[in-house]
Amino acid sequence: MTELSNPIPSKPPRSQWLDVWDQFKSHRGALMGGILFLLIVATVYLGPFLWDIDATHIDIRARNQGPSWAHPFGTDQLGRDMLARMMAGGSTSVSVGLTAMMLALFLGSFIGVVAGFFKRLDGPLMRLTDLFLALPLLPLLLVMMLLFREPLNAAFGPEQGIFILIVCAIGITSWMPTARIVRGDVLAIKEREFVLAARSIGTADNKLITRHILPNVLSPIMVSATLGIATAIITESSLSFLGLGFPPDFPTWGRLLFDATDYLQQHPERVFWPGMAISLTVLSVNYLGDGLRDALDPRIRGR
Amino acid sequence: MLTFTIRRLVLSVPTLLFISLVIFLLLELAPGDPMAQVPLTVPPEVKEKMREALGLGQPAPIRFWKWLVQFFWIEPQVMIDHYFGTTFSQGDLRVISWQTRSPVMDIVIQRMPQTLWVVGTAYVVAIFIALPIGIYSAYRQYSWFDQLGTFISMVGFSVPPFFSGVLVIVIFSVQLGWFPSIYDTTHVVDSWDSFVYQLQQMIMPVMVLALQITAQLSRFMRASMLDNLNQDYVRTARAKGLSEYVVVMVHVLRNSMIPVVTVIALGIPAIFGGAIITEQVFKVNGIGQLLIGAIQANDLPMVQTLTFIFAILIVLFNLIADVLYGILDPRIRYD
Repeated sequence: MTELSNPIPSKPPRSQWLDVWDQFKSHRGALMGGILFLLIVATVYLGPFLWDIDATHIDIRARNQGPSWAHPFGTDQLGRDMLARMMAGGSTSVSVGLTAMMLALFLGSFIGVVAGFFKRLDGPLMRLTDLFLALPLLPLLLVMMLLFREPLNAAFGPEQGIFILIVCAIGITSWMPTARIVRGDVLAIKEREFVLAARSIGTADNKLITRHILPNVLSPIMVSATLGIATAIITESSLSFLGLGFPPDFPTWGRLLFDATDYLQQHPERVFWPGMAISLTVLSVNYLGDGLRDALDPRIRGR
Repeated sequence: MLTFTIRRLVLSVPTLLFISLVIFLLLELAPGDPMAQVPLTVPPEVKEKMREALGLGQPAPIRFWKWLVQFFWIEPQVMIDHYFGTTFSQGDLRVISWQTRSPVMDIVIQRMPQTLWVVGTAYVVAIFIALPIGIYSAYRQYSWFDQLGTFISMVGFSVPPFFSGVLVIVIFSVQLGWFPSIYDTTHVVDSWDSFVYQLQQMIMPVMVLALQITAQLSRFMRASMLDNLNQDYVRTARAKGLSEYVVVMVHVLRNSMIPVVTVIALGIPAIFGGAIITEQVFKVNGIGQLLIGAIQANDLPMVQTLTFIFAILIVLFNLIADVLYGILDPRIRYD
């Protein structure tokens, strides 16, 4: 009983998230990635309030200008301000990335948890996941864009419609890795004693999942969330680049890059800005995910 | 092992059938009409005949069945006829493209070499670059080389091909003028000069693709080497007095190659289909470009056949990867 003779802990207890934050801080790349990502998100959403030139305002006399104080990124072939267009495009791209990631995450976690928790559903749901993994995704995405564009445009208007379409298409085609990881973790956690204890006092299945299982599979979900943003942004830009994304007058980073390739010889910098924006966002998110993975893994923590 | 392979092969048949059904049903919803391009002066009854000639105007299940028969029964016969000069497929209706009114498979066969050359070369180049980088970064973990390798592969992950492709065009073909920006597929290699030209036009697409593949593979190689470097058998090998080269390049490398080989196998379907964007940037008229063109022209038989070929490749190489894993790693037993 000597261990119990000193019941007063010498240090105040530390919450789990404080530990995670400490580990996260020590990963310099991840910290910088996180800051950069927040900066980009803040710029694209708050920037238009400070830089109040309209992204669709056409000033044909000021077309094809180089960088100046009036237009820091220059203007395009119709005299639209590139900085405003970059911010407008960024807010679309980032919104698509975030929303599609959330949809994919919801689908993936739901299917993963259900497949891991209910033994009867495990087989069919995992076959479904394998089936989706065997689909050629980019071609299917392109086909989906082709097919559902018109009806959705008619129902929600051209911008809302295509936004819903792209988000749903990306979400439906990218939930599989999350589902697999979550299922594996749920299978392991389900056998642990605390779940048995909770079950023995009569906890209902839905409470068992939300109170006991979900908090424990949060870390793989968070890591796939960050990676999901990266894939969603790249996929959206690829679709826009192939001409099957947003309509031409509605800027996104991929669309801006696609439009700029026509003026590659005369104005190569116009390709550079949107491309750089996409790459930096994805790079920062990838580093963020890398750091999160390390920070959320208790086996690595403290090293 | 054999029973496992056979079981997986049998299981892949319903999977593929289901995928083909999904693709078919998706395309069933397409709003486009293949007769939209036909001039208005053509009388309606002729139009109706043309529609029937394209296999339209019948209920969906029958058309799906017809497509299945054409793809799985008639096309292989055509291939056998082509190689052995037989006449099994004479008079049978093949899968016809709405764009060109010629058999889809013929066009696919025409386009295949370009894709295989460019993307296949990129894959091989990437493997040869990625493996040494992965091995050395794992061996000297957290050294400057490792940090640099991590950074470069992160960049390789993050820079999308439509940006890196355009960027190398700006640098090497607009500014420096070293390489042509458009891949000329009609170019015939028959002399030293034309061979040099072929190399020049291949460098940029190969570079762009190889950067991406290298990034993924070198990460995998590094992680797999790190898993093995701290194992007991490595300590035993060192204790026996084996040279460092033998320990790393024979003992550790062989064991670390097991997962990497399967990852390489899993990536092969992407050779055929995945380089859609790169082909678009460099105007390589390969399979990916064919698919984009078919989608834009509403050429449904072409889209369906191509997507389904990609699906077959994915399923097939998933199976090959699993079997390879079982053969290479004696600890894995499927039975």
